[in-house]
Amino acid sequence: MTSTHYLVLSAALFMIGVFGVVTRRNIVIIFMSIELMLNAVNINLIAFSLQWGNSLGQVFTIFVIAVAAAEAAVGLGIILALYRNKETINIDEMNVMKW
Amino acid sequence: MGEWLLFYAFSLVAILASALVIGQRNPMYSVLLLVASFGASAGLYVQLDAPFVAVTQIIVYAGAVMVLFLYVVMLLNQPREDASEWDRTHPLRRPGLARLGAILAALLVVELGWALVRSGTLGAFTGDTSSLASVRTIGQVMFSDYVFAFEATSVLILAALVGGVYLAHREGSR
Repeated sequence: MTSTHYLVLSAALFMIGVFGVVTRRNIVIIFMSIELMLNAVNINLIAFSLQWGNSLGQVFTIFVIAVAAAEAAVGLGIILALYRNKETINIDEMNVMKW
Repeated sequence: MGEWLLFYAFSLVAILASALVIGQRNPMYSVLLLVASFGASAGLYVQLDAPFVAVTQIIVYAGAVMVLFLYVVMLLNQPREDASEWDRTHPLRRPGLARLGAILAALLVVELGWALVRSGTLGAFTGDTSSLASVRTIGQVMFSDYVFAFEATSVLILAALVGGVYLAHREGSR
């Protein structure tokens, strides 16, 4: 078992996340795609942690998980506020901040 | 042999579930599939000698964050996305910036493949991994060298807590 396998898996998961962010119009699913990308990064960090025999990768993975949880709380609050004001979760119809 | 089998099984579950998360029209199914994807990742973490992170992943991600997602999906009460509105033309044939995005995405795939071919295989895992997995090691690193990052994270979570309460608060509901 080598790191390269994990890197390929992580790249594939990251690509799926990017694809979801770019193609989907449902803001909740876009948010889930962002979580997928963060998870792919975590796999990368842990694979390199084992590769170099250094536990820093695991420490930073825990930081990433904590930041992702905070981000999910705030982001879902924003989605709720948006839905309350605009009655939609389609990002094509949210253009208030466009110039 | 069993190691390879487990790796491919978990990878397959992770990639399939992730692809289905993107492909579902009903966000409720997407959330449940995302839980499956995170569970498979936790299995991979155990294989990578990181059981503490795997447990954290299950508790925080698959447990707490996904429950939050489920609640929001249920609160939004607008489960389906209309598939007939999806743009079915090939990405490279779309006008203007959409085509530019498709070209950039293709370039990114080519670049990743090139990097993978050029890097070669990194070889089997080496290094001293005996003390890597223990919670003691992680705690020692986290509370000595990275204690500032730890404290900053706690401030961040407090800010997220206040922000989340403020954002979800309905005007004039008091």
